[in-house]
Amino acid sequence: MATTVVTDAPASDPVRRARRTTVRRTAGVGWAMLAPAAVLMIVFLIIPILLTFGLAFTNARLISPVPAKFIGIDNFVRLFGSATFWKSLLNTVIFAIVIVPVQSGLALVLALLVNAKVRGTNFFRTVYFLPVVTSMVVVSMLWLFMYQQNGLINALLGRLGIVGPDWLGDPRTALFALIVMSAWQAMGFHMVIWLSGLQTIPGELYEAASLDGASTWQQFAYVTWPGLLQTRTFILITITIAAFSLFTQVNVMTQGGPLDSTSTVVFQAVRTGFQQQQTGYASSISLVFFVIVLAVSLVQRYLTRDKELKR
Amino acid sequence: MTVTLKKIAVAATAVTLAMSLGACSKGGSTPASPAPGGSGASGAAASEISMWTHNAGNKDELAAIQTIVDDFNGSQAQYKVKLQAFPQESYNQSVTAAASAKKLPCLLDIDQPNVANWAWAGYLAPITGMDDTLSKYLPSTVAKYNGKTYAYGYYDVSLTWVTRKSILDEFGIRVPTIDQPWKADEFMAALKKVKDSGKYANAADIATGWTGEWWPYGFSPLLQSFGGDLINRTDYKTADGVLNGDKAVAWATWFQNLAKDGYIAKKSGSDPSQDFMNGKSAFLWNGSWTAVPVREKFSDVVFAPPVDFGNGGKVGGGSWTWGQSAQCSNPEAAAAYLKFASADKYVALVAQKTNNIPTTDEAAKLVPGFEPGGVNDVFRQYSKKFTVMRPETPGYPYIATAFEKTAKDILNGADPKTSLDALVKDINTNQQQYS
Repeated sequence: MATTVVTDAPASDPVRRARRTTVRRTAGVGWAMLAPAAVLMIVFLIIPILLTFGLAFTNARLISPVPAKFIGIDNFVRLFGSATFWKSLLNTVIFAIVIVPVQSGLALVLALLVNAKVRGTNFFRTVYFLPVVTSMVVVSMLWLFMYQQNGLINALLGRLGIVGPDWLGDPRTALFALIVMSAWQAMGFHMVIWLSGLQTIPGELYEAASLDGASTWQQFAYVTWPGLLQTRTFILITITIAAFSLFTQVNVMTQGGPLDSTSTVVFQAVRTGFQQQQTGYASSISLVFFVIVLAVSLVQRYLTRDKELKR
Repeated sequence: MTVTLKKIAVAATAVTLAMSLGACSKGGSTPASPAPGGSGASGAAASEISMWTHNAGNKDELAAIQTIVDDFNGSQAQYKVKLQAFPQESYNQSVTAAASAKKLPCLLDIDQPNVANWAWAGYLAPITGMDDTLSKYLPSTVAKYNGKTYAYGYYDVSLTWVTRKSILDEFGIRVPTIDQPWKADEFMAALKKVKDSGKYANAADIATGWTGEWWPYGFSPLLQSFGGDLINRTDYKTADGVLNGDKAVAWATWFQNLAKDGYIAKKSGSDPSQDFMNGKSAFLWNGSWTAVPVREKFSDVVFAPPVDFGNGGKVGGGSWTWGQSAQCSNPEAAAAYLKFASADKYVALVAQKTNNIPTTDEAAKLVPGFEPGGVNDVFRQYSKKFTVMRPETPGYPYIATAFEKTAKDILNGADPKTSLDALVKDINTNQQQYS
């Protein structure tokens, strides 16, 4: 330890000189730092996206001795004529529309609760965050058991004299069951984001507000809520994107059933591409999905940016 | 000093990156495959070929296969086989990835229904000169495509209706035999009696909670017993008429009503054998693999033959099989191994370790329980008499997943005729590319 301190101190002078003289070296370091992320992005994101654009117009197969042939828009004609696709798209949209307000709202409530200056908040923060660090597959398996006809949830409902449905086996309740479970799992993450937002709001504002005689609700509406603008935008966009890419829960719990009531666009693409080996068709699904997500993100960006300008 | 540290850090990052990239570019080749053209080295060292198996998670079967490999390596000095085990979940992906990178091993095991697909794709090389040996094998363990043999397996499994003598006696149900299995009416009457008694949560459990290959494997024999099929097997071009004809619709309606009338659960538990042993169901439609635990629990188990729904009883066939790849640099070595490993004693060894039906008569005599008159002999007889192979066409993986989805939809109340028509249309479209 001691030696390190001694050697470090005189060494700081040459460092400054080096920095002044060789900007190029710093730039090089910058590129080196960027390289891992850039390479990964190019290999695992940019190239696959470009490939998807190409493959979507071919009859490429996962396993085939015959080279892929260009078949124009056949895949898209087939896709738009497929009832499963429209149902999957509808499910995805319903999932997103419901889960964005529910999950962010509940997460905000949790954040406000654990932001209170009382003993034991760290304990609750940890508890609420636990589902997030648990693997989604594990969470799905657990909820699969809880949702069974004679599972935990129906047993609890039974105590109240309610005969619970077969949550995942009934087309009317399956998607709802997935939404509840997904919101519960991811809520903790957004709670932490809200929490960080809450803690950036200066305490003086609350002091000033309470001196002016603002009620708790008024403090929330006129101090907290406006102060969370940036956080809100971030949460809105991340939840929306996560909602659109719904896959794991569906794959583990329902495989899209019953009667396509929980099928999603991503699930359909994976199923078509890997299990059914139709790479070309799966690419066309992904391409359509890409366009939809892009459109949604652009709209969101436009809306949130517009608000910022007005202020 | 700090500069040096920084340099080192940057250099280290760069090196790590370069290494990870290097690893990436090598792709799936991590399992040490022999250098290309390694066959030329016929000097002092034996030329090594690699062999892949899905058995990383199955300790007993892996040990049996390793024994065969060791015996082969010890029996001669010319070739050396190196065994690589993969977890079953990622095995098919590994093979597909290796095939596109032209890094397939010389020998590999293949789930029988995939053989046609992989043979068509050019992954596999036909096995020649073994017709004599393989003629003694159960037909369902010899995987063929377009008239050529591509793989053979040591064992098969059969399907059976598991129940208990005490249950049959209590409800006055006849004990069926292989020559006189239950007829449809008889079976449905039995189910009704059991259900009306209210003693069982489900009269029957056909493992509807399982997903994947179980659906075509377990339920297409029921469809075939009604007189339908997954595809017209004369040319494998269309499923029209067989999968959406009157008989197939009759099957689908019956299947849907099983759940609607409360004989089975739409989604059974994850371990149907366990549920049966706990008295939750009176009849269990399952593979012969369930025999060992069930027999431990009950002394009066009856393994009944498949019910005859009009076209005779049917069970599925085909399990894991061994073959050689088309990318092998030393085909002679691979062929030598396949010949060596097909001996009866190895069939017996693997079948015994896995509790499955040995494929040859000679091997059956060596496996306790499977000898003629043994407790497990029924499964061998069912397999011989009732087996219908899953369609041996490259389109099978598509047929299997599409069938699973449609069967699930039907069970959940979709209209049988409409669903089957849509399924036929999809399968026909997919089959077009193979003609």
